[in-house]
Amino acid sequence: MQAFSNLLEQLYYTSSHNAKAALIIDYLRNTPDPDRGWAIAAIAGTLRFDFFKRNTIKQLILERVDPVLFDLSYDYVGEMSETVAHLWPDSHQHNRPLPSLGELVEQFTHASRQAIPDMLIDHLNSMNAAQRWALIKLGTRGLRVGVSARSVKQILARYGDKPVAEIERLWHGIAPPYIELLAWLEGKAAPPDISNKITFSPVMLSHPLSLEEVLPWQGERWQIEHKFDGIRVQLVIKGAEKALFSRNADDISHTFPDLLEQVSVDAVVDGELLVMHGVDVAPFNDLQQRLNKKKPTKKLMETHPAGLVAYDILELENRSLVDLPLEKRRTYLLDWVKRQNTSRVQLSDILPADSESELRSLHQHASDNLAVEGLMLKRVDSIYTPGRPKGQWFKWKREPKLVDAVIMYAQRGHGKRSSYYSDFTFGAWQGETLLPIGKAYSGFTDEELKKLDNWVRRNSIGRFGPVREVKKELVVEVAFDAVHPSSRHKSGVAMRFPRINRIRWDKPANEADTLENVVGLIET
Amino acid sequence: MHPQEWMSVESPGLYCKPADIYIDPMQPVAQAIVTHGHADHARSGHDTVYASDDTIAIMHTRYGEEMAKNTHGLAMGEIKQFGKKDDPVLISLHPAGHILGSCQVRIEYRHQVLVISGDYKRRPDPTCDLFEILPCDVFITEATFALPVFRHPPIEHEIAKLLSSVAVFPDRCHLIGAYALGKCQRVILGLRNAGYSKPIYLHGALIKLCNLYQSRGIDLGELLPVSDVDDKKLLAGEIVIAPPSALADRWSRSLPKLRTVMASGWMQIRARARQRLVELPLIISDHCDWPELLQTIEEVNPQEVWVTHGREDALVHQSTKMGYTTKALRLIGYDDEDETG
Repeated sequence: MQAFSNLLEQLYYTSSHNAKAALIIDYLRNTPDPDRGWAIAAIAGTLRFDFFKRNTIKQLILERVDPVLFDLSYDYVGEMSETVAHLWPDSHQHNRPLPSLGELVEQFTHASRQAIPDMLIDHLNSMNAAQRWALIKLGTRGLRVGVSARSVKQILARYGDKPVAEIERLWHGIAPPYIELLAWLEGKAAPPDISNKITFSPVMLSHPLSLEEVLPWQGERWQIEHKFDGIRVQLVIKGAEKALFSRNADDISHTFPDLLEQVSVDAVVDGELLVMHGVDVAPFNDLQQRLNKKKPTKKLMETHPAGLVAYDILELENRSLVDLPLEKRRTYLLDWVKRQNTSRVQLSDILPADSESELRSLHQHASDNLAVEGLMLKRVDSIYTPGRPKGQWFKWKREPKLVDAVIMYAQRGHGKRSSYYSDFTFGAWQGETLLPIGKAYSGFTDEELKKLDNWVRRNSIGRFGPVREVKKELVVEVAFDAVHPSSRHKSGVAMRFPRINRIRWDKPANEADTLENVVGLIET
Repeated sequence: MHPQEWMSVESPGLYCKPADIYIDPMQPVAQAIVTHGHADHARSGHDTVYASDDTIAIMHTRYGEEMAKNTHGLAMGEIKQFGKKDDPVLISLHPAGHILGSCQVRIEYRHQVLVISGDYKRRPDPTCDLFEILPCDVFITEATFALPVFRHPPIEHEIAKLLSSVAVFPDRCHLIGAYALGKCQRVILGLRNAGYSKPIYLHGALIKLCNLYQSRGIDLGELLPVSDVDDKKLLAGEIVIAPPSALADRWSRSLPKLRTVMASGWMQIRARARQRLVELPLIISDHCDWPELLQTIEEVNPQEVWVTHGREDALVHQSTKMGYTTKALRLIGYDDEDETG
């Protein structure tokens, strides 16, 4: 537990990803099983249940601290675990040896519900504030030390010098404390056996298209499809078990039970998750309502039903198809889609283009459908290769929309950019006032960043914590993929993927766009 | 006569009417008592300033010789008479243990005694005398860290954290954000007491005050301005101290493989440290922590407690529970945020 608490303490205050990875790798090297596997689970968020409830912690602290003082402290600290960690009376029993992480997990897993509070009191008494914080975070599964599940996999890959795709393939078939996985990473054992488990298969990705790469146009070599504006998912069905993964291998099944309960026939299918009303596909904004909702309400599932536009298939009824060319896989995909008894699954249509001009015209009209953000061009002979193989798949997004907006606030970035003002809030005019319409932190070169930073410092007029307010004088051309109505923002609009396209040093602020112009770009 | 009849909160600050004098006023006034040299307590432009000799020297260093028309240095415990001859107000200064020259103010009028703690701490500090317990009727205490979550570890513990980081990351330049007056010198002395004898490098804004400390007999060891180092790469593995505002600013970009450290009582709260992108928080405070605030109230054992700048609510609640008549004095303008913590 000491080692785990030290690790968290260091991770918490480290901002560089590389340094975090180094700390975790060092911990893996110097910590025995099963402790290190449990630590990995805690950080990656794969622990299966809470050791104790937040409410238990609250009860215990209120038996020890004046409730008024507790409330004032909680208000100030802003976070329960840390408030309790500091407020817990010091019993000066720090010399008592702490249980290992493995022992803790063991104890809490097997304890009866009545025994848990006493066990918790005992442990908190023998810890210092940092260790108490670690225990409460661990036990309530609230650990946030800036390391995502995705980074954990990358760090494990680095630790074992294996491709991250291998870890992703295994990940959902294995469970904490990951003893077999770690042994394999250290070259001491064969990879864990996952043949009977639902697992994620690493996905094949596309490159942005520059047209000359596919010219002169030979239509018969390419499969053209719409590029839907949803999220890329992988649907896995194996007997009674079904799962939906994001393209980063996060299991998002619990968020979309309405889709999962409708699909059948063993397969691994690649496709786009969207809100669909029958065959009508809704724009991304509708899907947004469904994302990150662990337990969607029945009503939400009725108004915003989840569906799948299927475009590829990796496995059908236990037969792996990844080594077949795309046009062959397509026949198996057709077969699988036909056997679905639901309109929630739609096949991604193949679009014809016999000439370059037909191709261009397809691209121009692709986004007539609001749920579509461009075209996908895939070689008909492409085999399904995880990663981003060259020259196989291309995405051709529609042209971005542009507005001229005025920089209003700036904030420092993170990591390498921590001394630069690199996050900008920009606004559009409504009469004489500017209303913020979005935030951007990319699109400019390093050289431009230095100039922007310098400008912010010379034109700062106020400060709100880490945020600087600047003179409303600098215009930037903002590029974005779409703009939607939003009740959460004062301006009433929310942009998708805004980035700074150009800095308009020359343009006077009063010539920037009005909010009315921006609203006019909303497509309905 | 009860102090509430002769002490009041006016817009420049706390005011003693029969002596016609303000304590730590925020605006220029005719007569001021200044408890200590931090900028939110010591302002320039008063006609007459009464303070300890050290505080006057600090004010001269910060604001120049013209900072007030007249200055009167008072020795600790020396009683100075104000007001009418037949109805005198007796005022004296006593150690507060906060920084070099810091004082409490004791005011006696018509058989009642009021003590203003100023900012204070109870831990030993080699740059100033220990806080003195003064019996009184009304005790005015600060409340900077007045929440039970604040429990400051011993400074030796925090300095050991710093030195262990320097040993683990020998190629990184450790940049410590520390307030120019008090905190900076305390960190330097903490390092020296732990046996760190290498030169310590300073941001330009810290040099004058460190020189002042040295000239008043406090040995800080070898200090070098960062600006004198031509090849900044040589600062890898060294300790540099700068004001907190310079931590993540352009000034620090030239330093090699920075590890940002901050010395402040606020560093106990994780989010505070992370907000400032601090990698190594050191909980070093020149104020009392919660147990010390309560201990002080008990030891002073006044009739009444008045609580000023900071988290008044919690201390008012607790002091009332301890049986003291307690109220919050809403003094505005004192900086209870990062800089002087």
